[in-house]
Amino acid sequence: MADEAPTSPASRPDDLVVARPEGLYCPQGGFHIDAWRPVERCVITHGHSDHARMGHGHYLAHTDSAGVLRARLGEDIDLQTLPYSETIEHNGVRISLHPAGHVLGSSQVRLEHQGRVWVVSGDYKTEADGTCQPFEPVPCQVFITESTFGLPIYRWAPQSQTFAEIAQWWRANAADGRASVLFCYAFGKAQRILHGVDASVGPIVVHGALEPLDAAYRAAGVALPDTVRVTDDGVDAALLRRALVLAPPSAQGTPWLRRFGSDYSDAFASGWMQLRGARRRRAVDRGFVLSDHADWPGLQSAIAGTGAERVIVTHGSAAVLVRWLCELGLESHGFHTEYGEQDDEAPPA
Amino acid sequence: MKDFAALYATLDATTSSLAKQAALQAYLRRVAPEDAAWAVYFLAGGKPRQIVPVKLLRLLAQEAAGLPEWLFEESYQAVGDLAETISLLLPPPQDSHELGLAEWVEEQLLPLRGLPPEELTDRLRAQWRRLAAAERLVYFKLITGAFRVGVSKLQVTQALAAVGDVDAKRVAQRLMGYTHIGARPSGEAYRALIAPVVEGQHEIGTGGQPYPFFLAHPFALPLADFDAALGPPAGWIVEWKWDGIRAQLVKRGGQAWLWSRGEELVSERFPELTQMGEALPDGTVLDGEVVVWREDRAQPFAELQKRIGRKTVGAKLMRDLPVVLLAYDLLEWEGRDLRGLPQSQRREMLDEVVTQLRHPALVASPMLTGESWADLARQREAARERGVEGLMLKQRASRYGVGRTKESGVWWKWKIDPMSVDAVLIYAQRGHGRRASLYSDYTFAVWDAPPEAPGRKLVPFAKAYSGLSDTEMARVDALIRRTTIESFGPVRSVTPTMVFELGFEGIARSTRHKSGIAVRFPRMLRWREDKPVEEADTLQTLAALLPADPP
Repeated sequence: MADEAPTSPASRPDDLVVARPEGLYCPQGGFHIDAWRPVERCVITHGHSDHARMGHGHYLAHTDSAGVLRARLGEDIDLQTLPYSETIEHNGVRISLHPAGHVLGSSQVRLEHQGRVWVVSGDYKTEADGTCQPFEPVPCQVFITESTFGLPIYRWAPQSQTFAEIAQWWRANAADGRASVLFCYAFGKAQRILHGVDASVGPIVVHGALEPLDAAYRAAGVALPDTVRVTDDGVDAALLRRALVLAPPSAQGTPWLRRFGSDYSDAFASGWMQLRGARRRRAVDRGFVLSDHADWPGLQSAIAGTGAERVIVTHGSAAVLVRWLCELGLESHGFHTEYGEQDDEAPPA
Repeated sequence: MKDFAALYATLDATTSSLAKQAALQAYLRRVAPEDAAWAVYFLAGGKPRQIVPVKLLRLLAQEAAGLPEWLFEESYQAVGDLAETISLLLPPPQDSHELGLAEWVEEQLLPLRGLPPEELTDRLRAQWRRLAAAERLVYFKLITGAFRVGVSKLQVTQALAAVGDVDAKRVAQRLMGYTHIGARPSGEAYRALIAPVVEGQHEIGTGGQPYPFFLAHPFALPLADFDAALGPPAGWIVEWKWDGIRAQLVKRGGQAWLWSRGEELVSERFPELTQMGEALPDGTVLDGEVVVWREDRAQPFAELQKRIGRKTVGAKLMRDLPVVLLAYDLLEWEGRDLRGLPQSQRREMLDEVVTQLRHPALVASPMLTGESWADLARQREAARERGVEGLMLKQRASRYGVGRTKESGVWWKWKIDPMSVDAVLIYAQRGHGRRASLYSDYTFAVWDAPPEAPGRKLVPFAKAYSGLSDTEMARVDALIRRTTIESFGPVRSVTPTMVFELGFEGIARSTRHKSGIAVRFPRMLRWREDKPVEEADTLQTLAALLPADPP
């Protein structure tokens, strides 16, 4: 649902990153970044499926992404990993990864060639959330930024406030003897909620789709509270009525939910829940505003923090952000990408 | 105000009507009567006259948010609701307040109306500084008058009935006119809504209050089942279903009031009806339909619309577009509530009243008679030609109920099938509320010539936004984004690829439409995915549906 952004009339012959039909490409280095069609060599910013696609010859990603990438793309992928801030050189291009604060292992990709520095943001969030390394601004001349929530109506409250609202909703439901079913994206959002929510309120049930991802977070040393599956011993109707249940959005309306009775309360956690219309379309009782993407002020501060003179905008509200940045006196244009369409946080249709 | 904002949030946060009912009752019990008075006013659909010109409101909000106009507009298009957009864009508050809802409305908001722009600007800015983020949405909704929160008037009525332990029908009666545009509900007015019923005390017949309208149910059985479902036609009063404005004319204490079904006072728009009402004896209430009437014939709704659209009603307009009240019920006579009497008796009395008054603006809605339902069905065939929507069937023994109820007898509307054509979607616009950000409002076109004509073009003739399921709409939305030719602000033109069967109730010539034709109540009946654009209908197909000009 990306807006039509003015695409790359401003590209120049010596640009470090160009948009090609198969994905973003570094001509000097001869490799791609988050390509959406199979390529020989690809740097992966993070493990969400629209950025980490199957079929590349070689993958380069952050160390903490390895578990998720192998689980999603296959154990046998040719994967090289790199810790944050460590540099490797390929065809004379120096490549390093820097925290993007989006999900576990998410990285901005810094490219340096003959004194020029470009940074590809991937997806990012500026608020520290405790489940992944917080976003770090990386000085550069050209910054390629996402724009998922690129409108000033998107301003997030501190996550502590949202977690307090979730706990309050859960507590009230538990007191009424109703399960609290919270739909959230399986990779990133679910673990962030597990890490942030007040686990003393009651038992936490997780849908099977979340388990491998929880395990990857635990393996990376992220503290998550104990959870149970509906099939575990001792999980009975009485327990479910006091429980917080985390499930992927795809579980909404499926028979899996029948076990929680007819009167469970449901909610959805996403940045899109900022708008009343989106909440009502979701047809859940509650919408909690919780996003793994930067809000409007976050985008502004991230862009300003890089000191970049030229900003290239990808998926989301690209046209809006480009115009805004141009009016601020920066050089800006859009790249057409295929991110966002299968995003774990795709806009609600 | 904090309480009311919290109530709004709770009502908004649940889809359960039980939970909504509990929240409403708890709120009404908790707050001061003067706050409850305004809460009921807004929740039941009341809208004060415009407090702040929308243009100025947008401009000030845009300035306060520090945004250029285009970015404010982009934000508004994504949100689909002005009040919500502004509340999301304003900077955080710098101050606070402890004012209740009534104080906000009466001392802060209503006095803003008509202030010179500079003073208005200062006051609004001062108000915004004090509002907590959670209160903003409600505050701006009060100003923009788009206060919809998924609570029906019936639910408000039920909550009041529970709080006051009064019969809900009684509360509905007391609520009539409560939400009219100039109302200033007080704590006393609120107490009167929930006051215990005193036996023998006359609650109606005071002021210009109308009665809750009795509404009809749709009837769509095959003719063969009529006798089994309804019994013989002799048990029914049969009338045309007029396409006008349903209204009650109230005459009490020397004064007449005309109320539309939306409980708006429309007296000023129809001076000839108010004058006629003044000729009626005190303690009379008529129920009927306002229509433009020429040569003993009701004119298409489009004619009536020309009158509704005008701010001032001059002599020429009244001459060109004369209206009458087609009366079909008598609800009060000599100050006595007749709603408990059988339909047939009320109708006899009504005919007597109409005959006695002999006023050109009062016409008794004619009754049809038929040997059998088949006979009546044949008469119904003439509905379209007469410019009416079908027939009304009213049980002779039925009392006049409250709202869409069947407990006191029933009114059926036996409408003719809608006319329909296959039309092509050519423009789309994003919707509001639940459909914000979705392309949900469409403009449809037909061809201006038959398929063999060279260079024929699509001519827009109707807009429609209802009739699709959420799933269909999401698919149409995606297709619109993929086939966009051009965007003009919120509107996109698309490559013509989608054909819809468009239904409508009426059709008339129009000089205001490019196609020369205006249709009434257009809606999508079906998405014709099987039909190529070339096979959509033509202007000629539409013209063939136009009623023959009256001789």
